[in-house]
Amino acid sequence: MSLAPESPISFPHRHLLGINGLSPQEIGDLLELADRAAELGRQVEKKTSTLRGRTQINLFFEASTRTQSSFELAGKRLGADVMNMSVGASAVKKGETLIDTAMTLNAMRPDILVVRHHAAGAVELLAQKVGCSVINAGDGSHEHPTQALLDALTIRRHKGRLQGLIVAICGDILHSRVARSNIILLNAMGARVRVIAPSTLLPPAIERLGVEVHRTMRTGLTDADVVMMLRLQRERMQGAYVPSVREYFRFFGLDAEKLALARPDALVMHPGPMNRGVEIDSDVADGHQSVIREQVEMGVAVRMAVLEALARNLPNA
Amino acid sequence: MAQFGTPERFEPRKPAPLVFSNVRLIDPSTGRDEIGGLIEIDGRIADVGRHVGPGNAPDGAEIVDGRGQVLAPGLVDMRVFIGEPGYEHRETIASASRAAAAGGVTTMVCMPDTDPVIDDIALVDFVQRLARDTAIVKVRPMAALTQGLRGTEMTEIGLLLDAGALAFTNGRQAVTSARVMRRALTYARDFDALVVHLPADPDLVGEGVMNEGEAATRLGLLGIPAEAETIMLSRDLALAALADARYHAAQLSAAGSIPLIREAKARGHRITAGVAVANLSLNENDVGSYRTFFKLSPPLRSEDDRQALIEALADGTIDTIVSSHDPQDVETKRHPFSEAADGAIGLETLLAAALRLHHSGEVPLMRLIDALSTRPARLLGIEAGSLSPGAVADLVLFDPDAPWVVDPESLSSRSKNTPFEGARLQGRVIRTVVAGRTVYDYDSP
Repeated sequence: MSLAPESPISFPHRHLLGINGLSPQEIGDLLELADRAAELGRQVEKKTSTLRGRTQINLFFEASTRTQSSFELAGKRLGADVMNMSVGASAVKKGETLIDTAMTLNAMRPDILVVRHHAAGAVELLAQKVGCSVINAGDGSHEHPTQALLDALTIRRHKGRLQGLIVAICGDILHSRVARSNIILLNAMGARVRVIAPSTLLPPAIERLGVEVHRTMRTGLTDADVVMMLRLQRERMQGAYVPSVREYFRFFGLDAEKLALARPDALVMHPGPMNRGVEIDSDVADGHQSVIREQVEMGVAVRMAVLEALARNLPNA
Repeated sequence: MAQFGTPERFEPRKPAPLVFSNVRLIDPSTGRDEIGGLIEIDGRIADVGRHVGPGNAPDGAEIVDGRGQVLAPGLVDMRVFIGEPGYEHRETIASASRAAAAGGVTTMVCMPDTDPVIDDIALVDFVQRLARDTAIVKVRPMAALTQGLRGTEMTEIGLLLDAGALAFTNGRQAVTSARVMRRALTYARDFDALVVHLPADPDLVGEGVMNEGEAATRLGLLGIPAEAETIMLSRDLALAALADARYHAAQLSAAGSIPLIREAKARGHRITAGVAVANLSLNENDVGSYRTFFKLSPPLRSEDDRQALIEALADGTIDTIVSSHDPQDVETKRHPFSEAADGAIGLETLLAAALRLHHSGEVPLMRLIDALSTRPARLLGIEAGSLSPGAVADLVLFDPDAPWVVDPESLSSRSKNTPFEGARLQGRVIRTVVAGRTVYDYDSP
């Protein structure tokens, strides 16, 4: 039994390394599949057998409880054997390179590798060296495709579409893989993307990626259908990129007053984990416009969809 | 099969005179550009010109008919990172010298970024002895400008010069302290020593790993602004003027550096500048999807920067072209882009890559050979870079039009990190001659 036995979807890829390179059709198909997975996730019996007999290894070079458990749950719901490996500092300290680690794991003959790494391009490099399917669970400041897919799914379930929506992405755009993947996906699906940040947190030439650039929440949030907040790491807000937490919160933190600039039915999103009182006020994070918890639920659904789509292209599938 | 020579020390027999005929002679030291011939006897050029042919060859001479080929002074590569001592697994002086010979380079100047650092006369001596015993081309060291390349205390500039160091550089690192730089320039001036510096402010480079701009933003990589170069170059030029010192910017990458050099030269300061052939022939887009062989220092910049560098080379604002040959192995390159080492090999592709600018009509052949041979020889004060009678017979014979595809496995360098892997280049070295001895012969049976 699979998520959508009756509808063959088009996903002619061995890996999911980024949103870049996916067609709107492929993105749409993945979202359809994820919708079904979301339904399944709300049943008592949540399991299918698509990945029965398959081995999925979650290889995390950078700790992430929520993404890793989301992938783990997704794999288990599809019937895969899932192994979690946190490489963290240990192997790196022993001098083992990324490629060595990849080759070692490859020798265990997994079918799917889910990889997170702190360096941009690392997952793609690893994918070149292994014989299995690879899913990028975040590589440096480059891409985090399943996050963008789950954000799109969440938006679509509320708004019924992505086309024509104004989506404002606010915060540390410079270091954000979530922002990059979302910009590519939302543009591909016909949404209007704005980024809002102080200039120190904007990458050079970001407008060339097809976004409107705003330096104030006042202009950036006006008439937005979706407000997507990004996490700002602590070490970056103590004078390095912005002067202080309180200054950042004053100008770029999302509170009820700033949110009022957006459309009354605007969605509030955050990829988590949140810094309450830094980039987002608790009242807003827990308010009726917030879909932050639903994003987590959709995360499992999207990851099931991606696993299933890739599994169809595995040898002997 | 190409054939390499052996180190001079093991071949004491004087080779027969060598005569080239029907070649296009290109000699930037005299401006000579004509079809003719050249006679070499006892390591020196005995005669050269239109009138020279097989008819006036000395008895027993080896006669090379170079129809359609160019005979030029052997290349002088001012920036070669070798790895010996300390990193012999990447490159030895012997393997680098074979790569140099295959690339038409007759003198390579090695950088002090070794382990230990070449900051002491014993190390200068060591490198020269090793070169004499193992190298098939001339190898001359540049010594460290500061002890251990730490950028804090200057080295024994006078003693190192006496020991054979050609110039003083901080290698891959910049001297960040303006005070140290000023003192080193001021002291070096008294010996008329050349200070070679890579202007790149490490503070502004920060965590950047490629040119700052759209390409870096798309890849999610932090960028290096051009200002990391221009700001430090401005400082260096001001300090060099203050000290009245001879200053050479090792490698430029940014368009913004060009007017600074031009202005300093116009004021009569003794300022010169170099560029790596990679920055003349590649740009940031070649990084593609995280190809670490294109991770260089200074970084490959935009196409506009590349065009500005070419223009500055053509008009002489940029004096020299270097390979910046920097062997790196799997251990240092097979990493995610941000964690991989900088650098690319380049000795064997130096001439052919530079000839792209000749074939595209952007830089005349005479100016290219000048930048690759005559100008660096003059800057370093070494006897090279000329086809005049009496000059030492360091020569390169090449077919400027012969096409070839770069196959890393067939390169002589011990490391294979070439950004020209699989590239189609036009221009092949046929023969390399060092002081009258053939050290590389492409046609050898």
